Order: sequence, then C-alpha cells, then structure tokens
Amino acid sequence: MSVKLNALHSDSYIEVSQYRDQHFKGNRYEQEKLLKQSNTLYVGNLSFYTTEEQVHELFAKCGDVKRIIIGLDKVKKTACGFCFVEYYTRGDAENAMRFVNGTRLDDRIIRTDWDAGFKEGRQYGRGKSGGQVRDEYRQDYDPARGGYGKLAQQQRSTEARNTF
Amino acid sequence: SQKLYLKIFSKLTVYTTLVGLLNARNYNFGGEFVEAMIRQLKETLKNNFYNEAVYLVRFLSDLVNCHVIAAPSMVAMFENFISVTQEEDVPQVRLDWFVYVVLSCLPWVGKELYEKKDVEMDRLLSQIEGYLKRRVKTHVPMLQVWTAEKPHPQEEYLDCLWAQIQKLKKDRWQERHILRPYIAFDSVLCEALQHNLPPFTPPGHMPDAQYPMPRVIFRMFDYTDAPEGPVMPGSHSVERFVIEENLHCIIKTHWRERKTCAAQLLSYPGKNKIPLNYHIVEVIFGELFQLPSPPHIDVMYTSLLIELCKLQPGSLPQVLAQATEMLYMRLDTMNTSCMDRFINWFAHHLSNFQFRWSWDDWADCLTVDLDKPKPKFVKEVLEKSMRLSYHQRIVDIVPATFSALIPADPIFTFKYEDETASSLPGYPTSVTVSNAIKNRASNEEILAILKEVPNPNQEDDDDEGEAFNPLKIDVFLQTLLHLAAKSFSHSFSALGKFHEILKTLTESDEGKLHILKVVYDVWRNHPQMIAVLVDKMVRTQIVDCAAVANWLFSQDMAHEFTRLFIWEILHSTIRKMNKHVQKIQKELEEAKEKLEKQQNKRRDSGDDEDMEKNSEDEEGQLEEQIERLQEKVESAQSEQKNLFLVIFQRFIMLLTEHLVRCETGSVDISTPWYKNCIERLQQVFLMHHVTIQQYMGTLENLLFTAELDHHILAVYQQFCALQL
Repeated sequence: MSVKLNALHSDSYIEVSQYRDQHFKGNRYEQEKLLKQSNTLYVGNLSFYTTEEQVHELFAKCGDVKRIIIGLDKVKKTACGFCFVEYYTRGDAENAMRFVNGTRLDDRIIRTDWDAGFKEGRQYGRGKSGGQVRDEYRQDYDPARGGYGKLAQQQRSTEARNTF
Repeated sequence: SQKLYLKIFSKLTVYTTLVGLLNARNYNFGGEFVEAMIRQLKETLKNNFYNEAVYLVRFLSDLVNCHVIAAPSMVAMFENFISVTQEEDVPQVRLDWFVYVVLSCLPWVGKELYEKKDVEMDRLLSQIEGYLKRRVKTHVPMLQVWTAEKPHPQEEYLDCLWAQIQKLKKDRWQERHILRPYIAFDSVLCEALQHNLPPFTPPGHMPDAQYPMPRVIFRMFDYTDAPEGPVMPGSHSVERFVIEENLHCIIKTHWRERKTCAAQLLSYPGKNKIPLNYHIVEVIFGELFQLPSPPHIDVMYTSLLIELCKLQPGSLPQVLAQATEMLYMRLDTMNTSCMDRFINWFAHHLSNFQFRWSWDDWADCLTVDLDKPKPKFVKEVLEKSMRLSYHQRIVDIVPATFSALIPADPIFTFKYEDETASSLPGYPTSVTVSNAIKNRASNEEILAILKEVPNPNQEDDDDEGEAFNPLKIDVFLQTLLHLAAKSFSHSFSALGKFHEILKTLTESDEGKLHILKVVYDVWRNHPQMIAVLVDKMVRTQIVDCAAVANWLFSQDMAHEFTRLFIWEILHSTIRKMNKHVQKIQKELEEAKEKLEKQQNKRRDSGDDEDMEKNSEDEEGQLEEQIERLQEKVESAQSEQKNLFLVIFQRFIMLLTEHLVRCETGSVDISTPWYKNCIERLQQVFLMHHVTIQQYMGTLENLLFTAELDHHILAVYQQFCALQL
C-alpha cells in the first residue's frame, strides 16, 4: 500500500526552466545544480518605475526576504525592469514561484525564475543600449519600459528624419 | 503517503467499487486487501497521521457498501473506537478523534449499518451523544471567526457533525449527494462473499501523540445568499458536510498548482445541483480565516481566488464581491487575527485588478469613530494597497470623502532638517556628522564628533562618553537614516557601514530602546520601512528581541498600539527568535552526530597509532564544540523564554490597568482598544503555540495565576483547553 507514484508529487510551478544564463561562469551541470538549490529568484517584466519597496511588499508574502537587487541600465544606472529577490530559505522562494509568478505587481504580470545566485555585475542589463536585451528588439510600445524597443526607436527616428 | 490518500479519497467510491468487483471475482484478493489496509491503519495511527487515518477508515466503511466487508464487523470496529471515550487521564482531543472518525463515516455507510445492526448503532450513537454532552468546550471562543451568533453560528466541528448525522438519521439515512458507482453493480456485488474485519484495538495513548486540533466550522452563506439557481444545502445537512469535505480535499491535493486546483474545484461532480461558486468561496475563506492558522500559506488563497476569477469571469468575481461585502458588514464582531488576513487578502487581490472597488458603498465607515472596526479596516487596506502601489494612486482611487482614511505620504521626518532647527541642541553636531559621513570619515572620527554631544541625562561632564546618551543616538541615527532614506537598500547599507558605531551606542538596554524610538520618530509615516529596519537591526544584533517587545509595548507607542504594523513587527520578531533557537539546536545535533560517527570510526579503525591520535584530537575538538554549542543553546532558549515572559507581562499590565480603570469608573470594558488587545494576546498564544507549550509551568506559576482578572485568565484557560 505504500506505493509512491510520481504523478502524485506534482509541483510543476517550482521546476527549473529551460533558461540558462549565457554569462554563467561554470558548466551546465554546475549551473543546474545551483539552480536546484538556489534561494534566489530572477523577477522580470517589471515596470521601470517599480520600487524596491513594492517588490519587498509582494515577495515578503512568501517569507522573509534577505535582499532585493534592482536591475539597472548599465549606462544610465536607472531601473531597467528586472530584479533579484533572495530569500533566507528555498522553501520561501518555492512559494513565490507557486503563488507570485504570473500575478501582477504594479499592474503588470511579472515572471519569476530560478537564479544561480547574485554576483556583482549581474545587476546590469546586457542589451547594447544598456537596458535588457528584450528591450533592444521588441516592436511594441510599452510606456512603463521606455516606450518602443531601442531598435524600433532608432528606426522611428531615422524614418522621421527621412520623411521630414 | 498523504498525497496517495488524498487522491484516492477524492474518488473514494470509484476505488471501493473496483475493490468490490475484484473481491467478487477473487475472495482471497479481498481478504488480503482488507488485511493490508488494517496494517496500514495501525502504522498510520502509530505515526500520528490522524488525518490520513480518517481516509483509511472511510475507505474501509465504504467497502461495506461494496460487500467486501461484513457490516457487523464494521460496527464492531466502531464500537471499539467509541469505547475510547471511556478512557481517563488522556487528552480530550484523543477521544474527539475517535468520535469524529466514526461520525464522519456515517454519510457513506450509515444506511447499510443501520439496516443490518440498528440496535447496536443506536447504542453507539447514544454513547456518542453522552460523550458530546460531557466534553469540555472552553476552547471554542478562541477558534471562532466571529463572536456573534448571527447570522450564522460558528459551531464547534463535532457539534456540527453530530447535528448533521442526527438529521441524516431522521431522514432515514437517505443521502443523495455522494456518487455511488457500486449501486450500478449491485447484482454482481451482492453475490460476493464478505470478509470480517479482524478485531481492531485502537492503539493506546502515547505521551508524544499529536492529535488533530479542534476546529470551528466556518459558515458565511446560506440558502438566502445564492440569488438564482440551485439551493445551498442547509448547515446541518449531510450534503453540506460531504461537499465541504470534498472541496477541502481538492485544495489539500492541488494547492501547489493553482491552475489545476481551480480547475478541479470548478469541475466538482454534481456541480449543477449546488451553487458551487458559493461553496468554493466559503471553503476558501474558511481555510484562510481558520484559527490558529490556515492550513496553507495565506498567499496561496489569494492566487487561487485569482485563478478562479480567470476561469469563471462571468460569475465568480460577483460571488467574491458579495462575500467581501458580507465580511465587511460583519467586521464589528470579527476576530482581530482574521481581520488581519482579510486586510492583507483584499489589498493584494485589488492590486491584481487595478484597485477597482466601489468604495462609496462603504461610506458608512466614515460616520463612526476612526478606531471602530470598519474605518480601521478600510484604513489598513488603503495602507497595504499603497505599499503595493504608491501614495498618489491611493489618493486617486478613493472618493474625496475618504481622505481621513488615506495613509500618510511615506516620507522621512527629519528633526535637523534645516536652519529652522538650529536652536535644537543636536543641530550643529548633525550638520558636522552629515558632512563627515559624506566625506567618508572613519568610525573613530565620527565617534570623536559625537563625543561633543551633551548628555541631557547628566548634569556635569564627568562621563567618558560611555553612558547612555539619548541625544547622541538621536543625532547620529537621524542624520544617518536621513542620508540613506532613498530606499531600503540604502538604509541597510548605512546600518551595515556604521554597525560598529551603532553597537557602541546601543550597548545598554536603554540605548537599544532609544534607537528603536528614533527609527520610529523619523519613519513614522512609513511603517513598512520601520519594519524592515527593525528586522535588520535584530538580525545584526544592534537590538535584541526583548528590546523590540519592550519598545512596542512602551508608552511612546501606545497611540499606535492597534495598528497592524505593530503586530507584524512583534510576530516577525518572535519568529526570528524561534528560528534562531532551532538553528543552534540543529547545529548541536549535527555536532553530536559527527562525534558519534567519529567515535565509531575510531573503534572500528584498528590499531593504527597515528590514526588513533588524529581521531582523538578530532573528537576532542568536537567535544569542545559541543560544549560551546550546548551553552549557546541554553542561552538562546533562555532568551526565548524571557521574550515570551516580557510580552505576556506587558499584556497583563496593560489589560489589568484597563479593566481596573473601567471598573472604578463603572464604564463598559468592551472598547475597541480592549477587543483588539485581548485578541492580540490570544493571537500570541495561537501563533506560537508550539514554543509556548514548553513554558506552560512557568506561565501558570508566575503570570497566569488565580489572582489575575478572570477576563485575562480566560484567554489562558482557553489556550490550555486546546491541548495543542
């Protein structure tokens, strides 16, 4: 009677995703090991105006927050729409993956994912213009993330110059 | 595994039918299956898995319906269970459990058992009735969400179940809600040979047994609330019991995966015959408001309700709004702990829906004193909502008439702001310190500057600068926090950078108390910042937990005593203390295990002299480490005990003062302040019952003695009655 069926232990929201940090110093195996033990979450799709206080208020609902590092534009040193949230225990981070991921912060659906751990330098966007890569190439207009994507902005100003 | 039982229970009658059909084909299979289940039941009870054991017994009882188990032997097992109620000198919660198990099986098997053994069953029910009449129910008020009996009485769970079974019996055990596939196979099943359950003696009481806690059944809806469609089964109908059991079971199974959980709830079989949305909302709030604490983390329920709204956008949001309205209307009698959860849930929920709400509907809260529950609730909701957004947003979303309830703009209050403060004794030093910090002066340089600050507590200059100087603390901390006010990170960085100075300034208990006072003075408009700073200061040992408790209960903070942030800080502080003790205990355990391993290694390693010497050295080191850790554990436990004593002492002082004042002035004691205070005392007991259990002796001898006012003593007695 004490059969354990894998289907019964379904906890899919806390599974490690397919994403791997290309700048990670170490091999895939090491990265995955860290992801599976990590207490740190990457949080994406934040508004540029979302504050550390707002992030803290939301994520503290899952447990005591050890620290929050707001992601910055490498050039401007202003918030560029992501952050890291580190908990004291993994269990608390798991709850954030289950209950905060995919809900709203500052009116935006935010996304959380396991992170191998904060290291100095990782708080900066890696896009060419200084922000996040995703903001380089996107075509939509997002007023909370600087308007149009950087490439689209350049195209627009080129067009404007040409038509004028 | 618990999860296995949950999955089976949600389709109980399907599995029992299957076993029934297998038994009809193969008698030996049935016999072995039943024997295996009995073995499992014994194991489960031995390991304190009482909730799982309930599912096992229900499974067994439904096997009677499938002709696998003979009814008389099931009755005999129930009789053995009920005979436990004759035991003496055992916790009441043990007796409760055995009664609960029997009663909760009757919706499934009552009819069959009565048909076969009505005399025995009547005797059984009569014994149960006798037990229920004589059992002690002191614990009930502590577990009720509302203190009012209207519109729905908050019944003790066994009383409610008994009423439901009584009604079922009156209805001649006709129960129409449970799906019973075995009925379709009756012609096959009735040919099967049945097995007798072996005589089952319930395991005796063990001192470390942990029986389930008593509960109160949460009801907020009745048949008048669902405007159209199917009628809600009455509170004493067995259908209500079965629906609630099943919905709780779904949540218990799928809480980790909110989309699945919501889908499973909404696809409840037989949903067309009941107002399912109402049942779901009621069960969810029932869990969220459960005392002492919800079965799962609060935020789970918020995210689950959001998923449900997404899946049923045309109907569920309306039920949820109706529920919110009803909860608001009954705030006057709602338990304070439950109100805390209601506040947190509602603000978080709103933040996912652009804070859309018809605040004007609640304009009645503006017509009463601000310390009354309704305006207090709205005020706290707006404060929490602001934390998830920003001040102007809150100003924009409420009508202008609500301005008195809008939270303060969370800005820093700097005493030494500018020249207008130049007459203050600390002003010149503040300017100097500020410049020094900006110019990256060393700790020594800053301490030298601070030495010049006069001490208002002393007449002459004979002090070496080591005595407690409140002005020195005030000037330094205000200036530092002002420079770091930009964000949490800036402030944490400041506390870290000047940790040494802060530790020096707060060596004495008075110093610790004063630093907390200063933090409050500067950040009184930003309770969230106060909370995170206090947390950081405890973790970096600038203040200790007792200092935080003394500060919260101090006269200076009396005017904030009923605000939610005070209690969040207190409970967070207690939790940190508890985790600290657990951490060191774990370290001690690990060191002891290591020593044992090392000793075994040495014993088994043979005669190698070098190895033996190294091993001895290692063991010596470990033994030293263990001694040190032992001291650390004792010290931490002592600190923890002291913290609770401080808190309880303060409560007793405040409450006694209030009660005496009211008595001498012939005034009603039941002010909003009193309700808040007494329920906050209850909350400390309930939220930390595991730790407090260790100190019952001390509490009873030192604090909760017979001389205490009976109102205060009642709280203690209710807590004892929970027999947690």
